[in-house]
Amino acid sequence: MKRRDVLKSMSALAAGSLFPAPAIWSEAKAQSRQETLLAVSESGPNNLDIHGVGTNRPGYEVSWNTYDRLISHGTKTLPNGVASYDRDKYVPELAEDWTITDTSATFRLRKDATFHDGAPVRAKDVKWSFDRAVTVGGFPTFQMKAGSLEKPEQFVAVDDHTFRVDFIRKDKLTIPDIAVVVPAVFNSELMKKNATEKDPWAMDYAKANTAGGGAYKVAKWTPGTEVVYERNDNWKGGPLPKIKRIIWRMVPSAGNRRALIERGDADISFDLPNKDFVELKQAGKVDVVSSPIGNGIQYIGMNVTKPPFDKLEVRQAVAYAIPYQKIMDAVMFGLAKPMYGAPEGAPIGIDWPQPHGYVTDIAKAKALLAKAGLPNGFETTLSFDLGAAAVNEPLCVLVQESLAQIGIRTTINKVPGANWRSEMTKKEMPLIANFFSGWLDYPEYFFFWCYHGQNSLFNTMSYQNKEMDALIDAARKAAAENDQPLYEASVKGFVKKAFDDVPRIPLFQPYLNAAMQKNVSGYRYWFHRQLDYRTLAKA
Amino acid sequence: MLTLMLKRLAMTIPSLIGVVIVTFLLTRALPGDPAAYFAGPAASPEAIEQIRASLGLDQPLPVQFVHYVIDLAHGDLGSSLTTGQPVAAEIAARLPASAELTLLGLIVSMAIAVPLGILAATRPGSAIDHACRIVTTAGVSLPVFFTGLILVYVFYYLLGWAPAPLGRLGIFDSPPPTITGFYLIDSLLTGDGTTFMASLKQLALPAITLGLFALAPIARMTRASMLAVLSSDFVRTARACGLASYTVVVTYAFRNAMLPVITTLGMVFSFLLGANVLVEKVFAWPGIGSFAVEALIASDFAPVQGFVLTMAVLYVALNLAIDMLYGLIDPRTRMDA
Repeated sequence: MKRRDVLKSMSALAAGSLFPAPAIWSEAKAQSRQETLLAVSESGPNNLDIHGVGTNRPGYEVSWNTYDRLISHGTKTLPNGVASYDRDKYVPELAEDWTITDTSATFRLRKDATFHDGAPVRAKDVKWSFDRAVTVGGFPTFQMKAGSLEKPEQFVAVDDHTFRVDFIRKDKLTIPDIAVVVPAVFNSELMKKNATEKDPWAMDYAKANTAGGGAYKVAKWTPGTEVVYERNDNWKGGPLPKIKRIIWRMVPSAGNRRALIERGDADISFDLPNKDFVELKQAGKVDVVSSPIGNGIQYIGMNVTKPPFDKLEVRQAVAYAIPYQKIMDAVMFGLAKPMYGAPEGAPIGIDWPQPHGYVTDIAKAKALLAKAGLPNGFETTLSFDLGAAAVNEPLCVLVQESLAQIGIRTTINKVPGANWRSEMTKKEMPLIANFFSGWLDYPEYFFFWCYHGQNSLFNTMSYQNKEMDALIDAARKAAAENDQPLYEASVKGFVKKAFDDVPRIPLFQPYLNAAMQKNVSGYRYWFHRQLDYRTLAKA
Repeated sequence: MLTLMLKRLAMTIPSLIGVVIVTFLLTRALPGDPAAYFAGPAASPEAIEQIRASLGLDQPLPVQFVHYVIDLAHGDLGSSLTTGQPVAAEIAARLPASAELTLLGLIVSMAIAVPLGILAATRPGSAIDHACRIVTTAGVSLPVFFTGLILVYVFYYLLGWAPAPLGRLGIFDSPPPTITGFYLIDSLLTGDGTTFMASLKQLALPAITLGLFALAPIARMTRASMLAVLSSDFVRTARACGLASYTVVVTYAFRNAMLPVITTLGMVFSFLLGANVLVEKVFAWPGIGSFAVEALIASDFAPVQGFVLTMAVLYVALNLAIDMLYGLIDPRTRMDA
């Protein structure tokens, strides 16, 4: 071969590879684009196992879509027109039907359900998974406990397709707790194969591999970059999802997420900042949905063990000095449910969250402070979590400004995300801005964590009051025993007490925002605040 | 040459040992409690303690250090809690992404800065000299995230010329088989023109952003060292001998002016590699900088230690390479050894 020929053939090769037949290529691309949903959000999962150590919120999303639970929730439409899960309606997922008695719940499993590797789903898989959740410790065990699911002996595989949960006590939250993300059903044979002596629950394997039978399979996971899912065509837990392929990309810059959705490149942008939400809504190019976060409240907490916050008048003075409306307008861009300014004398309901009666009234606040013997105010520190600085930072500046008007001089203490939890555990911060939400949307659940004298981590005010504890305990007991009048009286009682004693000042209930292209439908709000791909469709 | 290399390598060992100790202590001295962070939003104090024990953080510091060093000797950098992956694998996957971007940024930067510096030096006080000053000032004073966002806004959002800022490849392109980890090189090696063009398109905006930022020190250094060389005796002699201006400037002056420029390049490269975290954030680039920062925010010790150690090794290697390069450019440095 002559040199010239070699060069010729080489350039032909190069040309061939540089310019492949464009027509076929783009058609295939258009086809796959139609069947693929591109979702973008700020951060991605750190662990695909819901029982893993420190699995983050995006990790819940993977678990929710790739594993099945025994039961799930139905759908309802919220007053603002957004479709949401229905707290009070359970639908079958792996269980075909179930019966609940005073002492146990029995689930009959679908006979045709299989895991991703084709193995049939048996009651022993369910038992193994529940045992794992209550044994491995950390978050999953804790969450199971919230529904009185504590010991492996409670879970019985009666036969291949019958699974029974024995109650250790009557608890209204047991069934709701079986429908949360944690009691996912794992393929026990596959997991046992990958377990070692040191790691009997195959925690290492499940970190990066899924062993479920859910509607989607993880096809590829690049931590911090993307998760690619393929649909599980053999899924029996519900109607077959419409979308074949989901690509979930992590785009840290909020500006770029917005550009992607506005340009039409991304199909859905999840958990977007309020400002973007308001502007996208005005522009009208994409559909935006927003739903209040169930059982979630942004609040100002006062540590009642740190004087002068031990004085009721001081706490009330602060509650009257919060610039509620300014916070709603300037920080939340109007996108939150106000939790203040209930008309005077309005009856307290049994819904939670509900607004309290405090409003911004500087004169009243000054008078209260004088009554408490502090007419010249005092100095304190206002702390917040830098991990949620987008809301907390402007909020704290507004509060600082407003408190200065009644003589309370505050220094703002920004606590880095990694440090926030340990600072909270110490319970040393006198004044904080924070957010709490509970998966289980019941008032007594919220109060048990945030106001009960057991002084859990979320009782950031270290508030301990015998009367309050009695009311919360009574409500839990009444709920378990279905004693509606006593339940209502107790809920109203503890809500009133929380507002009167005001150790924490509820500000607003924030919204969870998503933006999607106009051809995307089927979005649902879920208590876990992550995306459920199974109902999504693309026209 | 070989003895010089060996000598240099031997000299780096104490500094690497120092890096290992300091990073270990520094990460432990950071405020923040990884156990509390990873215990999740609803953890009880017992749950936090359980996690602390499972992470080995309940052990005294010297014991933790010995474990760390033993693992390190086996090439195990530990596992990241934020991504759940072994740190060594993470760094191996992410370093090429950062290095490719940084190298291309550096090439862009050199392509602009070196000619600009030479032109400014040959015509001091002229319009081009002022232009050089303006460009370098703008380069250092515009923060990279700002330049990056502006470029995305203009070229992606408004004009639609650039692809979506979604990292190294668009969502429907698949990466080339890994040979070097550099997509441009791997796609060329496998003759995959489509992927080459796709990754070049993705690289364009972030590389330009980085290039603009790195421009200033290179241009200033080129200008300064060219000025010094141009006023030296041998250049005057060459001019007096009637050599063409091009020959004088490029062949004689530039070669001599390159030494400090190379030193600057080495420094710029190593700080860009670590400092391009903002560019990585803006362009969703799966690089090593954003990985380290995320780990730092979560007090995730292993990746931070791994990152600092990798950077230290890279720095040492880079310095070694630059020393070798000196020898090629300037034979006198070889004599010194």
